[in-house]
Amino acid sequence: MPRTVLEPRFQVEYLSILDSDGRLDAALEPALAPAQLQELHRAMVLGRRLDERMLRLQRQGRIGTFAPIKGQEASQLGAAFTLRRTDWMVPSFRETAAMVWRGWPIERILLFFAGYLEGGQPAPDQRDLPVTIPVATQLPHAVGLAYAAQYRGDDVVVMAFFGDGATSEGDFHEAANFAGVWHVPVVFVCQNNQWAISVPLKKQTHSRTLAQKALAYGMPGVQVDGNDVLAVYAVAQEAVDRARAGDGPTLIECVTYRLGVHTTADDPTKYRSPEEVAAWEKKDPLTRFAAYLKKKGLLEDGLEAAVDAEIAAAVARFEAVGPADPLTIFDHVYAELPPDLKAQREALAERLHQGAPEPHTPGQPSPPMRGQRQPRR
Amino acid sequence: MVKALNLALHQEMERDPDVLVVGEDVGVDGGVFRVTEDLHRTFGSKRVIDSPLAEAAIVGASVGMALYGLKPVCEIQFSGFAFQCFHQIENHCARYRARSQGRFHLPMVIRMPFGGGVRALEHHTESEEQFYAHIPGLKMVVPSGARNARALLAAAIRDPDPVVFFEHKALYHAAKEEVPDEPETLPLGRAQVVRAGRDLTLVAWGAMTRVAREAADVLAAEDRVECEVIDLLTIAPLDRETLVASVARTGRAVVVHEAPKSFGPGAEIVATLVDGAFVSLEAPVARVTGYDVAFAGFAREKAVIPDVARVVAACRETLAF
Repeated sequence: MPRTVLEPRFQVEYLSILDSDGRLDAALEPALAPAQLQELHRAMVLGRRLDERMLRLQRQGRIGTFAPIKGQEASQLGAAFTLRRTDWMVPSFRETAAMVWRGWPIERILLFFAGYLEGGQPAPDQRDLPVTIPVATQLPHAVGLAYAAQYRGDDVVVMAFFGDGATSEGDFHEAANFAGVWHVPVVFVCQNNQWAISVPLKKQTHSRTLAQKALAYGMPGVQVDGNDVLAVYAVAQEAVDRARAGDGPTLIECVTYRLGVHTTADDPTKYRSPEEVAAWEKKDPLTRFAAYLKKKGLLEDGLEAAVDAEIAAAVARFEAVGPADPLTIFDHVYAELPPDLKAQREALAERLHQGAPEPHTPGQPSPPMRGQRQPRR
Repeated sequence: MVKALNLALHQEMERDPDVLVVGEDVGVDGGVFRVTEDLHRTFGSKRVIDSPLAEAAIVGASVGMALYGLKPVCEIQFSGFAFQCFHQIENHCARYRARSQGRFHLPMVIRMPFGGGVRALEHHTESEEQFYAHIPGLKMVVPSGARNARALLAAAIRDPDPVVFFEHKALYHAAKEEVPDEPETLPLGRAQVVRAGRDLTLVAWGAMTRVAREAADVLAAEDRVECEVIDLLTIAPLDRETLVASVARTGRAVVVHEAPKSFGPGAEIVATLVDGAFVSLEAPVARVTGYDVAFAGFAREKAVIPDVARVVAACRETLAF
């Protein structure tokens, strides 16, 4: 009874097309039209500028805690760019740039981070799930959406986003396993930004790559330079095409870096060195893509100013939103309000009618945070 | 009750091609309790899905299907295993309507066998309805017999909101009851007065409804006391109106449930009666429940699950107050 090798040795591909100096591997260059390249670039710049603007809004107390995307523009936009309007996108909580690309109005995203329930509502024709905060729990939803699309015979691909930390969660493994067994059109996009708050990747997994986790679930796993938007696009397009053709799910690991804080409540200087951050800043996805576009003569003049104007207009619309009406908390608990909730709603209405409490308006400083003394009424 | 539940599933699947069944062993095997028997043969493996063994993805994938517009009926093999998907139920099933401000709603049912008295091991005998009843956005339904099980399951499948549907294992093969061939439903959120009486109100659900009715029979025969018995059927949203109306007449109440006492559904019912029928109450509202222990093991469970004698004793104390 000899020992035999059951599983063949596996390979995980790594793809890079545009290196950090903007040098191109022309043989791998994806066939994107000039207008598409400019569109993609615009979305990346918008993502970066919005991120910076949101940080200022947060520091001023005009929105609450949020998760900045700086450094991950190529990962999320290169992937989301391959989706059609009729496809579904399932985000986690660090996909602001991809959400804007998918059609979420910027002011709605700001409302979400200002604590407004309205910020989680996709448009009626939008095939996007709202932000999911508990890590990896959105991944089974993507599998269910894809199963349902397949069941109905619809030409639909579902793309789900998550981070490196999420690959340690049970829901990631359950979703990947179900996707493999059910052979559904899902593309799992892991934005491996090296840090799950303060825990580095080497403490998160003993795997050499995250991509190889796909192999145990019977689907391809591929690693890509997540700061190279052309490579992410190319890999994602292959995965989306495969899903659309009925050839099942794919796991993509985008190797990228969170240049900023985990959330605005985080201080990364406690757990990582400035040298490490500086090294990744040299691999900035925006710099190299701009260099590539410049060589092609496609870099638009005045792009940043135009993008800033779009953001400013959205911020103005966000700030023009009236105070949050507390009574609407009862609008979407059930299709029909049970008698007890009706009574609770009436009690709150009565209390509001008597003049308490003061409503919160966007653009105003948030109420006191934990540890701050609250003034007596 | 198994056949009645099976009938509801057959008829709802025939009625609506969006209804799917998903869970462990629900397909070829027909479910470990045979509730999904023959569905696989009739509707095929695309609609009756033998899933891998993973509760979070069973519920999570069902959430995705419901987001797409399907109406999944998923089965968790025993309610004691539902903690492996509790996060999906609390974080997502209950919240998607609110989170998306009505853009999405989840027309899905999560079926789970629960309850003791069937000589089963740990995690196969517990009653956990209070966890689900506490979560806004969910409905929590517990039938007590074949006919209402069928009608409530059909109603739960047609309901636009997520329903946690508890099936008591001791009732699966309990006393036979006629179930009409024609589809019928019962409104969710509505309790039933299953025995009228003027002296005391007994509140129960699931397998405890039978215990409460038998206790009422004993009290009628031995004490000449007429108990009203309310079968709750839906734990949440709670039918406070029926409870309060009954106790406003009887002035006395005893709540019976298998779940542990502290912070159990009985506490909410007592609070409801204190809120709504305070001036009518002639005695403190008693609770006959499981004890506050994690589990007892089936060699000792007869001492833990409320029985007719304990309910009768509690009623006599309440009447004598």
